[in-house]
Amino acid sequence: MSRGRRLLTLFFSMLTISAFTFGGGFVIVTLMKRKFVDELGWLDENEMLDMTAMAQSAPGAIAVNAAILVGWKVAGLPGMLAAVTGTVIPPLVILSVLSAFYRLFADNRYVALVLRGMQCGVAAVILDVALSLGLKAAEGKDALRLIVMAAAFAATFFFKINVIFIILGAAAVGIAAALLRRKGGERP
Amino acid sequence: MILWQLFLSFAQIGLFSIGGGYAAIPLIQSQAVEIHGWLTAEQFLDLATIAEMTPGPIALNAASFVGIQVAGIAGAVIATLGCVLPSLVIVSALSWVYGRYRRLPLLQSVLDFLRPAVVALIAAAGINMLLQVACGGRALNGFRPVPALLFAAAFLALRRFKCSPILVMLLCGAAGLVLGLAVDGGM
Repeated sequence: MSRGRRLLTLFFSMLTISAFTFGGGFVIVTLMKRKFVDELGWLDENEMLDMTAMAQSAPGAIAVNAAILVGWKVAGLPGMLAAVTGTVIPPLVILSVLSAFYRLFADNRYVALVLRGMQCGVAAVILDVALSLGLKAAEGKDALRLIVMAAAFAATFFFKINVIFIILGAAAVGIAAALLRRKGGERP
Repeated sequence: MILWQLFLSFAQIGLFSIGGGYAAIPLIQSQAVEIHGWLTAEQFLDLATIAEMTPGPIALNAASFVGIQVAGIAGAVIATLGCVLPSLVIVSALSWVYGRYRRLPLLQSVLDFLRPAVVALIAAAGINMLLQVACGGRALNGFRPVPALLFAAAFLALRRFKCSPILVMLLCGAAGLVLGLAVDGGM
């Protein structure tokens, strides 16, 4: 794909994805995984997960952060600008138009039904991607990583622990594992 | 002057909201309602409702909404720019570090353990959303079969038939409207 085509694809992919991300940062990340990993093959699965962790831990909207990371990776500075522009246009346009008659929109029964239906679809998209990623992670059969996965799930789902602390905790396990390995390697 | 003020306020919101939309809401409230009086408390509630109902990050939705009320289209554009500027700087730096140092054994090990944690976070977000649509929250006695079936159909379409996610979401929206009107209290 030529450089220009790449930038255009990046821009329009982020534009469409941003126009359909109901319900927070993880939705956009799952759609990006389907697009950039499964469909275009521009990133591998691990890179997408790394980018999700970084997008989540850095300040700002997760969607914008993820767009910046993918943009740089795919096409450098122009890629980053194309991806971010694509991401910010839909909210800018939709909210600007809606702000004129938002009362009508917010109280409308039909709009509410359509949105309720779309939420069912969004839940399906997230769980579909989560299942694929989870099965892939379980393939490695690395016990410690599976424990981290289970602990992270329990921490966020049952105990409502802030995501930042979960990411810091997983990073700490990674550092500890690396240090232990180094120590083990030094032994004669 | 007002544009500069908008830019600064939303740059602060972008800089201090770590962890996505729900962290941004109180910051937006403090800047737009309490400090500058750009929105009334009631308008802020409207904003929170619309931000939830429309696509896109909450912080960007708020930037457009507040910007256009205060200073028209230019206001919306400037507030949006302010909101993304901190991300542009910080995440670009992060991207550089990642590109350069991801092969280091220490960072490799950190990433090895971050990935399963991220998978768990995505799964939890999906299950929470499913509980929300199928049970109206976490109480299982609020179970509603119609949204649950719609979810099951969507999941099947994605997994078995590899349908495009955006197509699935659009079809679900249409199905929601039809089923909601056909089945009394179904959705």
